[in-house]
Amino acid sequence: MSLDLPSGFPLHAHTPDSSFLELLKSRALNPTWELGVGDAETLRVPEATTILALRYADGVVMVGDRRATEGNTIAHRRMQKVYPADGFSAVAIAGTAGLAMEMVKLFQTELEHYEKLEGTRLSLEGKANHLARMVRQQLPMVFQGLVVVPLFCGYDEAESVGRLYTYDVVGGRYEEDDYAASGSGGREAKAYLRSVYNEALSEEDALTQGISAIAAAAEQDTATGGPDVRRAIYSTAVLVNGDGYQEVAADRVAALSRDLVGDSE
Amino acid sequence: MTLPYYVPPEQLMKDRAEFAQKGIAKGRSIIAVEYADGVLVLAENSSSALNKIGEIYDRMAFAGVGKYNEFEALRVAGIRHADLKGYSYGRSDVAAKSLANAYSQTLAAVFTESVKPYEIEILIVEIGDEPENTSLFRVRYDGTLVDEEGSCAIGGQEDELTAHMKDRYEAGLNLRDALRFAAEAFEAVESRQIGPDEWEAAVLDRTNGRRMFRRLSVDEIGTARS
Repeated sequence: MSLDLPSGFPLHAHTPDSSFLELLKSRALNPTWELGVGDAETLRVPEATTILALRYADGVVMVGDRRATEGNTIAHRRMQKVYPADGFSAVAIAGTAGLAMEMVKLFQTELEHYEKLEGTRLSLEGKANHLARMVRQQLPMVFQGLVVVPLFCGYDEAESVGRLYTYDVVGGRYEEDDYAASGSGGREAKAYLRSVYNEALSEEDALTQGISAIAAAAEQDTATGGPDVRRAIYSTAVLVNGDGYQEVAADRVAALSRDLVGDSE
Repeated sequence: MTLPYYVPPEQLMKDRAEFAQKGIAKGRSIIAVEYADGVLVLAENSSSALNKIGEIYDRMAFAGVGKYNEFEALRVAGIRHADLKGYSYGRSDVAAKSLANAYSQTLAAVFTESVKPYEIEILIVEIGDEPENTSLFRVRYDGTLVDEEGSCAIGGQEDELTAHMKDRYEAGLNLRDALRFAAEAFEAVESRQIGPDEWEAAVLDRTNGRRMFRRLSVDEIGTARS
């Protein structure tokens, strides 16, 4: 029985189980990019820069700066790089901004779609694996110089523990037990975290160290945006713990950031 | 070669309608009640695994009575429709009216074209930022689309429940009172007490953040009714 009515639903047997990505593919609506013959070096698109995440006593803190660059110019000052993935996980993006934002939107829809269809959330590992698959699908773009490398963290409801995953460009997925950073200032951020990190950090300390690490990266890396007191632009920070995903209030991040640059009111 | 018997279309439609109605009458009903912060959907359902009520999108819920596999297929189709639309355009572009129309078209087509009509009736609920923007759409087995207000019922005891609720419903209830109101309607019509674990209840509530759908736990139902 095939009922592909223009204004109704296709009810035919070919159904793409619970995956939104498969649903898009079955309708040929999945995002695809034709690989051009041009030189990727000449293509100037915004790049999302430094993001990091660290595990603390109750879960994971994830922080991202706000700067996007295009070559050696600043493309955007207020870009959001840390996003909720679902109620118990978060994803942060570094690399080609346009591709990365699309990947996040698709990932969010995918998780919600699964949850609604199946009546239960994907396991944390299931979410991490799915994101690995999405990164892997970008591989042809990597050879064009368009790289997306996300960080993913979430609260494992089954084991009651926060987990953190990093990815490489070919979709390799690695679980980290302490901290991770990515993007242009990732090296500096990691160097900072290495000196201050311990796994029993409190929420407040973890948040402070995360924000400090971004500021430290901004000291060395021009593509990373540090605290901008004049324009009131500060990092975005989120927490994922037993209570789920929570965005850290902008004024809390602002206060912590101003303390760092000695501008506390 | 034998010629098929001629059946007048009136007779054909009547037979199909009777068949569908008979199937639906066997199933238990579902009630939707508007309250101050949203809409409550209450079903009598002793299974905790097989749901009759489900989330479709941020402010939209689905409820179905009748044959499980048939309304489940429509629930899934609705989620796909909503997610595709929200992904391609924006989240606020997903509206109950277009979904209800799609359901109506599909059920009408199944009713006239397929060997057997669906033995189901479904309800699509959407809440807006203000109480007056709430929509309750009822779609019958033949695709008939009805827009309801305040409270409504679908399923076998639809008429009795609607009659019971009609004069008793008042706008602006809180959730607890809405739950009592709906549960009492069921108990009055069936003339028996129904325990807290025999209900399936969910709300679309404006205070729930982006995804407004939430299932009520057995405890919550028990407390509200005590």
